[in-house]
Amino acid sequence: MDNTNTIIKVDNLQTSFFTHRGEVKAVDGVHFDVPAGKTLGIVGESGSGKSITSLSIMRLIESPGRIKGGNITFNGEDLLAKTEAEMRSIRGNKISMIFQEPMTSLNPVYTIGDQIAEAYQIHQGLSKKEALQKSLGMLELVGIPSPKARLKAYPHELSGGMRQRAMIAIALACNPQLLIADEPTTALDVTIQAQILRLISGLQKELGMSMLLITHDLGVVAETCDYVAVMYAGKIVEYADVTTLFKQPKHPYTVGLLKSLPRHDIDQDELQVIKGMVPSPDDLPEGCRFAPRCPFAREMCVNSLPDLRDQEEGNQVRCWIHTDEWDGPEVNVKDDYDYGYRTVEGTES
Amino acid sequence: MSETTANVSKEEKKRINPQIESLKNVWRKLKTNYLAMAGGILIILFIITAIVGPWLTTLDPNMPNVQARLQGPSSEFWFGTDHHGRDIFTRIVHGMSITLYIGFFSVAIGMVLGVVLGIVAGYYGRRIDAVIMRIMDVLLAFPGILLALGIVAVLGGSINNVIIAISIFSIPVFARIVRGSTLSVRKLEYVDAVRALGASDFRIIFLHILPNILSPIIVQATLHIATAVLTATGLSFLGLGAQPPTPEWGAMLASGRNYMWDHPHIALFPGLAIVLVVLAFNLFGDGVRDTLDPKIKS
Repeated sequence: MDNTNTIIKVDNLQTSFFTHRGEVKAVDGVHFDVPAGKTLGIVGESGSGKSITSLSIMRLIESPGRIKGGNITFNGEDLLAKTEAEMRSIRGNKISMIFQEPMTSLNPVYTIGDQIAEAYQIHQGLSKKEALQKSLGMLELVGIPSPKARLKAYPHELSGGMRQRAMIAIALACNPQLLIADEPTTALDVTIQAQILRLISGLQKELGMSMLLITHDLGVVAETCDYVAVMYAGKIVEYADVTTLFKQPKHPYTVGLLKSLPRHDIDQDELQVIKGMVPSPDDLPEGCRFAPRCPFAREMCVNSLPDLRDQEEGNQVRCWIHTDEWDGPEVNVKDDYDYGYRTVEGTES
Repeated sequence: MSETTANVSKEEKKRINPQIESLKNVWRKLKTNYLAMAGGILIILFIITAIVGPWLTTLDPNMPNVQARLQGPSSEFWFGTDHHGRDIFTRIVHGMSITLYIGFFSVAIGMVLGVVLGIVAGYYGRRIDAVIMRIMDVLLAFPGILLALGIVAVLGGSINNVIIAISIFSIPVFARIVRGSTLSVRKLEYVDAVRALGASDFRIIFLHILPNILSPIIVQATLHIATAVLTATGLSFLGLGAQPPTPEWGAMLASGRNYMWDHPHIALFPGLAIVLVVLAFNLFGDGVRDTLDPKIKS
């Protein structure tokens, strides 16, 4: 990873929720960085900690959750050391966020124009009139037809795709350096998803922003990202640039995810699935967290957790198979995944 | 000429703010609710009476007239006279403004304080919520009239002290409703979205949460005016509110009590006035609730 031009660097981030049942480690030692102008995709199933990671960067973790440790460096500044007021001047200004649900992410009592203008009023202290003028420009930028009329429209008068465009306009209003998009297309129709994705990645290049794209959809990653971090149960299990990840996936979980994608180039009768469930973060396995679902798991996997290690191909992988300590037969994860063998009793889910 | 103006106004209508449109919708629905409309019309009549009534009546509401003591309703004294010979109709008309003044102001003060406390409790949660709501629970533990009675007993009997007393017992009523609504609204994504936009707590609370919980506040305020009027007249009836010779309905009712058997009209007309006002606000409030909150219609 090239650190010379890094916009944001997350180092050993640990975010936990302290409930009456004890500590729940939602994010446990996550590292990554996003180079200027590039897109990092964070992929994982529900509950893998990807949204908590993004909320941690924004410092929007609410009690009983707390960022327990680690560093988040944005533009060379330590975000975790900032006061709440300093964070407010960063949120929506230098780091913006697009949420998953465009249907509920806009306030129903204000017009689209009012809500875009709010970004300018908060961060640039513009008058309502100037802010609305600039909002009009944003609506044009995100490709909303007849922007002048839409400025006065209320959220319920717009379709889901239009609302998501409006959300993007709000997020980009102050020209942020980093855009966090948390499953921006999940709630949209398939036909609209591609449009919105193209819009987001087009604007990202046009405005030279960095982007953190959170998704569970590897198809989205392939289309938009430069780098990919695959998260599983609060930890990154594989990190690679997007070409390497799709060509040479190393972690059994990544391979499982890729294999579970529907393919158009071969005739499939059924889709593959990764058997079992993501472990609950308040009851994590001791060793590798994927071991209970991994077709290659051996005793060492169940007993101890591997580090994230560099591979020749440029990936970083958290898996014993790719270490010298591996005590099983040689495995090519990508090819052998389908007939994975099991040697340890009780690892089946 | 007139045709062009009509066209222009049509064009103008298209461009008006949708918030006014939605107000129009509320009005359209409310219009079909005849009971609510009856209540609303009565309320308007009461307000007009309170403002212009005192100028239209010829008699002094407080001037005793020994020759005309304890007379029944007649063409001269429409509602009869009381034991001092004062015209009851004149006194009721003059009392209207006192009743409405107490009703509106006590609810307004209680509402403002209750909304602020409730929204703060609901928004910040945890310890702040616990402290505020436990205090509200203590206030709610007393029956309204008893609490008001206690407060007036401490402060002394006067119309303004009645307003203070009723405001205080109105606070928890509003605080509870507002806290509940705040709890449900603050979990919505658009609140997270404006927080991620860098909005301050103040901005989130008053610009984003408050406008979304106005409906239950308006409903509660309308209905609560009825309760406030009833409590205020109750306090005056007990001699703790307006002091004689103020033409306050509760006080009039109290003085009429002694002549109940021989001259029932002295107590009857102030009583009827109280019933009408309370009924009007209740009918109107129910209608507003059905219009604004179709979900809580029970």
